[in-house]
Amino acid sequence: MSHRVVGTPVLRKEVRGKLTGQACYVDDMSVPGMLHGATVRSRVPRGIIREIRFDTGVPWDEFTVVSADDIPGQNLVALIYQDQPCLASGRVNHLHEPVLLIAHEDKDVVRKARNLVRIEYDPLPTVFEMDESMDGNVIIWGEDNVFKSYTLNKGDIDAVWPEAAFIVEGEYATGAQEQLYIEPNGMLATADPETGVTVWGSLQCPFYVHKALCVLFGLPSEKIRVVQQETGGAFGGKEEYPSIIAGHAALLAWKSGRPVKLIYDREEDMAATTKRHPSRTRHRTAVSQDGRLLGMEIEFVIDGGAYATLSSVVLSRGTIHAAGPYRCDNVRIRSTAVATNTPPHGAFRGFGAPQSIFAVERHMDKVARTVGLTPEEFRRRNLLRTGETTATGQTITQPMDLAALQSKALDAANYDEKILRFANENQGSTRKSGIGFATFFHGAGFTGSGERYLQSVVELELTQSGRVCVSASMTEMGQGTNTVLTQIAAEALGADYEAIEIKRPDTAAVPNSGPTVASRTSMVIGRLVEKAAQELKSKLQVGGYLAESYVPDQFEKACARYACEQGPLSVRAQYQEPPGIYWDDQTYRGDAYGAYSWATYVATVTVDTSTGEVTVDDFVAVQEVGKVLNPVLAEGQIEGGVVQGIGLALYEKVVWRNGGMMNNQMTNYIIPTAVDTPPIRVLFDEIPYEHGAMGAKGIGELPMDGPAPAILNAIENATGVSFSRVPLLPEEILQALKQPEEVAV
Amino acid sequence: MTRSVSFTVNGHRRTVAAPPMKRLLDVLREDLGLTGTKEGCGEGECGACSVLINNELVNSCLVPVLQVEGATVCTVEELAKHGDLHPLQQAFAEAGGAQCGICTPGMLTAAIYLLRKNPHPTRAEIREGLSGNLCRCTGYGKIVEAVYKASGSDR
Repeated sequence: MSHRVVGTPVLRKEVRGKLTGQACYVDDMSVPGMLHGATVRSRVPRGIIREIRFDTGVPWDEFTVVSADDIPGQNLVALIYQDQPCLASGRVNHLHEPVLLIAHEDKDVVRKARNLVRIEYDPLPTVFEMDESMDGNVIIWGEDNVFKSYTLNKGDIDAVWPEAAFIVEGEYATGAQEQLYIEPNGMLATADPETGVTVWGSLQCPFYVHKALCVLFGLPSEKIRVVQQETGGAFGGKEEYPSIIAGHAALLAWKSGRPVKLIYDREEDMAATTKRHPSRTRHRTAVSQDGRLLGMEIEFVIDGGAYATLSSVVLSRGTIHAAGPYRCDNVRIRSTAVATNTPPHGAFRGFGAPQSIFAVERHMDKVARTVGLTPEEFRRRNLLRTGETTATGQTITQPMDLAALQSKALDAANYDEKILRFANENQGSTRKSGIGFATFFHGAGFTGSGERYLQSVVELELTQSGRVCVSASMTEMGQGTNTVLTQIAAEALGADYEAIEIKRPDTAAVPNSGPTVASRTSMVIGRLVEKAAQELKSKLQVGGYLAESYVPDQFEKACARYACEQGPLSVRAQYQEPPGIYWDDQTYRGDAYGAYSWATYVATVTVDTSTGEVTVDDFVAVQEVGKVLNPVLAEGQIEGGVVQGIGLALYEKVVWRNGGMMNNQMTNYIIPTAVDTPPIRVLFDEIPYEHGAMGAKGIGELPMDGPAPAILNAIENATGVSFSRVPLLPEEILQALKQPEEVAV
Repeated sequence: MTRSVSFTVNGHRRTVAAPPMKRLLDVLREDLGLTGTKEGCGEGECGACSVLINNELVNSCLVPVLQVEGATVCTVEELAKHGDLHPLQQAFAEAGGAQCGICTPGMLTAAIYLLRKNPHPTRAEIREGLSGNLCRCTGYGKIVEAVYKASGSDR
């Protein structure tokens, strides 16, 4: 099928404002009478609040001070579980937990004053490590410190061990990772009992914030309004935490009767808000003499922090991806999300999958080596093919050839040639080069029954001027929502790209199309836009306003004429599950995702064995993501995700002490710069997905999954040393090169 | 305590009354309404607040306003003239150099500075020149291509 708009590199819809400095982010807003808010946070990881004192020398009468007692509704961050208070009341369960809120006209005064509130605690025993939490000697959450656990069974794993020619075990770990959007979190709120609560802010999911504010204020939904401002990056980091900031800003506004702006500085944002869940994965794998996977037993544990937040859902995605894109008849995966006294971990691009895929893609190299096959040949013998089933028993129905995709990536990276050349050149050199890869998949859209429960809606409206406005709750945070939804609407309507408008996400003005997460915008919501556009076009044609075939100009004239003669026209489309999808929430069996994207990523590295430093010299990313709707945006998603993956692998180490992040500054939490980043060669295979918009599948999270295992596989190829955890910093490499016999795995 | 500071911003002579140690970043954003300059870290690491002072590239979060007395300051708002994008801005638009947009004003400013010093940089020189500006969205490749394209080096 040929397209006019879809598949072309049209300019980003909102790019002009971003290039000229006119785009309005929340901290760019200023309203008359506005106060500045600040959050007073706990300084102990767990304890009973004994006393709160306000230091003398501060004009506290000029401040608005809010405590849990001021909350009009329930003191709860409404999400999945009912465990997290919006403001600590009586006790705290992690460092940096919000206890009090203060506001003042002067931004500097309020920031200084927040350090002059003294809170005394009676300390309680703490748990910081996953093992400690699972031991259960100190219970900090529920009855057993467990937020959620899953067991996923396929075949009979217990029966395979006797017939295995090889049994290979391994343990792998990933650390916390900060999303580090360059725009820190922030909200502006107005609130009063008459008109209700309105917040404007940096956020991913307007209706998550809306739900949380309804509960916090005990107000009906029409009295709560949430508006997204331009959002300077999110990556999952503005999925759930903005509900807390919005609540805080609104509580201060409610009590003071004034608008309140609450903007986090970088240190506060890094210390207090969510990060990627640390994880530990254990693999035990049974393999036949000829290198076929007979059985995979996997134990996957993530650290959820002090409250449940989204940990159960992160765990679910990590669990389902833990066995990788391999054919294996006998699989058992046991997974657990545990509580610790650290700030809650949360959504971050990939949502559990980068953690479990890191483990399986490191482990597959180890299995290959044990069996005596090359990593590529071992994978080739075991990769899923059309008609075979995943670990959840989902039959892959789409036509695909993952082994061919892997070969394409290896060829593009000159893999065979480099393997030989490096083996030769590395002899006697202190700079050792290596090449490694990972082959993986990522499920797009909500897991299991998620999309069916969400029942997302989008609306298309004709405007008086003959344009069409797309109305949805999908947020633009850099990934290209505005552009891609515009392209889909323009394509389906036969209209010009410029004839489509996108309504700003505002819960008072747009339908609920669910959260902007899970690589679902293009595939799931784009499909709804396509359906609504087809219906709108059909109405114009049936009404005699539009001929069977037409050019874009005629479309706009038809719209204008319709609007003039008939008045407003709007069309809604609601999600319907594609036929033949089945998922069982109880047994965790069935079709976990509507579609998967597939990829092989190849990293070429050089390790300086005198300093331990690693440079990524070349990176090839080959993926099949269905129809590519906008090549420039799609490449941008892949390149950005790969660099975040390089950060996860080699740079981004959260240093913990007493349950808090010690290096909560950009000075000492290091993300890759332009010079740390290699050229990234992005190649797409396109196999249209029949239930995605114009054939599209999900793309945003996929590139986070592959880089870390590919890079560590390359480091092993370069040095002969097998590393099993990320981030992997130079000092750890240096240490291991000195004492290779002491390195685990 | 405030004091009067006069300087030229984007070609206009401006005088503000501000505490002398107030950050130039805050004076631009709050006193002069030039919110195109962004705060990403407040400690001179991310470069989102990059501006030019007397044609030198600086992090405006590290500059007290008293230091710009009599100086010439350029921000992102100066680039587009009469509604027309600057060729560098156009190159960013076409190459996909802006995603979330929050690093973009600082990135553009750093690129302007780089191209003035080195009108035809290599890609490696562009990476080096922009290494003080962090971007979390793009992976930098498309920013490098945009600057390379704007320099005319691709022709």
